Amino acid sequence: MKLLLHNRSMLPGVILTIVFAGAAIVSLVWVPYDITILNIADRMKTPSLIHPFGTDQFGRDILSMIMVGARTSIAVALVAVGIGMLAGVPLGLAAAARRGSLPDEIIMRTNDLVFAFPSLLIAVMITAVFGASALNAIIAIGIFNIPVFARLTRGAALTLWSREYIMAARVAGKGPARISVEHILPNVTNLLIVQGTIQFSLGILAEAGLSYVGLGAQPPTASWGRMLADSQTMISLAPHLALFPGLAILLTVLGLNLLGDGLRDLLDPKLRRART
Amino acid sequence: MLQYFLKRLLSLGLSLVAASIVIFLALEVVPGDPAAYMLGINAQEDTLNALREQLGLNGTILQRYLSWAGGLLVGDFGTSYTYRIPVAELIGERLWVSLPLALYALTLSTMIAFPAGIWAASRRGSYVDTGVMGVTQLGVAIPNFWFAMLMVLVFAINLRWFSAGGFPGWDEGVLAGLKALTLPAVALALPQASILTRVMRSSLLDTLGEDFIRSARAKGLSRGQAMWRHALRNALIPVLTIMGLQFSFLLAGAIIIENVFYLPGLGRLVFQAISSRDLIVVESVVMLLVFAVILVNFSVDLAYALVDPRLRSRR
Repeated sequence: MKLLLHNRSMLPGVILTIVFAGAAIVSLVWVPYDITILNIADRMKTPSLIHPFGTDQFGRDILSMIMVGARTSIAVALVAVGIGMLAGVPLGLAAAARRGSLPDEIIMRTNDLVFAFPSLLIAVMITAVFGASALNAIIAIGIFNIPVFARLTRGAALTLWSREYIMAARVAGKGPARISVEHILPNVTNLLIVQGTIQFSLGILAEAGLSYVGLGAQPPTASWGRMLADSQTMISLAPHLALFPGLAILLTVLGLNLLGDGLRDLLDPKLRRART
Repeated sequence: MLQYFLKRLLSLGLSLVAASIVIFLALEVVPGDPAAYMLGINAQEDTLNALREQLGLNGTILQRYLSWAGGLLVGDFGTSYTYRIPVAELIGERLWVSLPLALYALTLSTMIAFPAGIWAASRRGSYVDTGVMGVTQLGVAIPNFWFAMLMVLVFAINLRWFSAGGFPGWDEGVLAGLKALTLPAVALALPQASILTRVMRSSLLDTLGEDFIRSARAKGLSRGQAMWRHALRNALIPVLTIMGLQFSFLLAGAIIIENVFYLPGLGRLVFQAISSRDLIVVESVVMLLVFAVILVNFSVDLAYALVDPRLRSRR
C-alpha cells in the first residue's frame, strides 16, 4: 500500500481504471437513460443537470452511451489480450525450451511475419473477407497480440533457462514441458501482467479506430469509436458530441498506461531498490 | 559485410514470399466469383469464362498464385473489378497522397521528438523533464483521429486557417498540397512523436550513464559537450529501430486519418474497395503496405550494420 502511494503514476492509473471498469460493470445493470429509446424532441442538448454530457442527434443520453460503450471497448480489448496471451505465451515457452531447434525457428519467423502486418491491415483483410463486426475486430487485434506475447515470453524464458535452479530441476528428471509450466511461467508472470496492461490500452485504441472507420462494432452496439464517427458531420453544430467519447478513450488509455508504468515499477524489484 | 547483406537479403525475399502467400490465401477463401459480379446476373456462360480467363481466375490455386505473384514482380497488380482499370494505375495515383503524408508526418515527428527528448534528458528530474514526459503520456493515449477532429474544429471551422478536408492535387502547386496535408500529418505525427521522444530520452539517459561518458567528462568535457559529441551518436540506435517500426504505423494509421480528412489516398481506396467487394484492390494495397514495412525494416537492419560495426561481426 505504501508502495502504491509512493509511485507517482500508480494512483491516478488505478483511479482512472476503476472509474471506467466500474462504469462498464454498472452499465450491465443500470444506466441513467435507456439508449435504445430515441427521443427526437431532446436531440443535441448541450450538457445540463439532467443530461450531464448532453444528448446526441437522436436524443440519446451521451453519459449512458459512454457507459455502454465502455463495456464494448473493454470486452473487445480484454478478449483480444486473452487471445494474444493464450496463444503467445505457450508458443514463447515452447520456443525457449527448444532454443535454436526447428520449431523455435518456425515460431519466431512466423512471429516476424505477423509483425509485418500492422493490426489495422489485419483488420482490413479480415473485414474484406468476413465482413465488419466486433468479433472480427477482436480477432484482428488478438492475432496482432500473439507475436507480442510470444516474443516477450521467449526472451524472458531464455534467460531463465540458463539459471542453476532450472539445471537442478533438469537433473531431478523433470521434462522441458514441466519445467516451463512449474518454474519458467511463474517467473515471467510479472512481465506478462505489465505487457498485458499495455496491450489492453493499445487494444482499446485499436477498437476505437476500427469502429470509427466502420470496421468494428456495428450499430446498435454502442461504441466510442462509432460515437465519434457519428459526431463528425455535426462537429460544428454540437462539439460536445465529439468531446465526451474522445475524452473517455483518452482517459481510459491514459489510466491503463499509468497503471502499466506503476505495475512495472512495483513488480520489478530491481527498479524498486533503485528508487529507494 | 557481404555475407551479412546476402543473409538479410535472403530473409527479406522469404518474408515477401510468405506474406504474399498469406494475403493470397486469405482472400482466396472469399465466396463469390468476381467475373459473375462484374458481368451481372444475365451473363452468358462463355462470356463469364472469357472474362475469368482474362482476369486469370481459371486454373489451379497454384497457377493462380504464381500468375498473381509473377504479375506483382513486374508491377502488374491485375485489373480492378469495379474501376475496370489496372490496379497499379489506381494505386499509383493514390500513392501520391499517402506517401507524402507518411513522410511529412515522419519528418514532423522527428523534428519534435529529437529536441524534446534531448531537452528532457539533459534536465533529468527537472520541471522540464516532468512536463515533457507528461505531454508525451497524453500524446500516446490520445486517439489520433479524435485529435484530428478537434484540430478541424479549431483550425478549419473556427479559425479558417486550413480546409476541413479534401486534397487539391499537386497540380495546384506544392504549397497548396502541403497545406492540405498539414493537419492530417500533425494528427498522424502526434502519437509517434510522443513515443519517439520517450525512446530518445531514455536511450540518451542510458548512454549518459556509460563509462565512456565518464571518461569524456574526466578528460574535461562539459556535460553538454559530452552529450553532443559522444552520447547522442550512441543513443541513436534504439531511436532508429523505433523510427523504422513507426513508418509502418504511419502508413497503416494513414488509412484512418485519410478518412477523417477525405483525402484520396490508399486508405480511402481500401475502404471503397471493401464496400464494393473489389478484393483485388484490397489484396494489392495490403500487399504493397506489407512490402513497404518489410523493406523498411530490412533497411533499418542494414543501417545498423553501417552505424555499428560490432553488429556485423557478431552474426
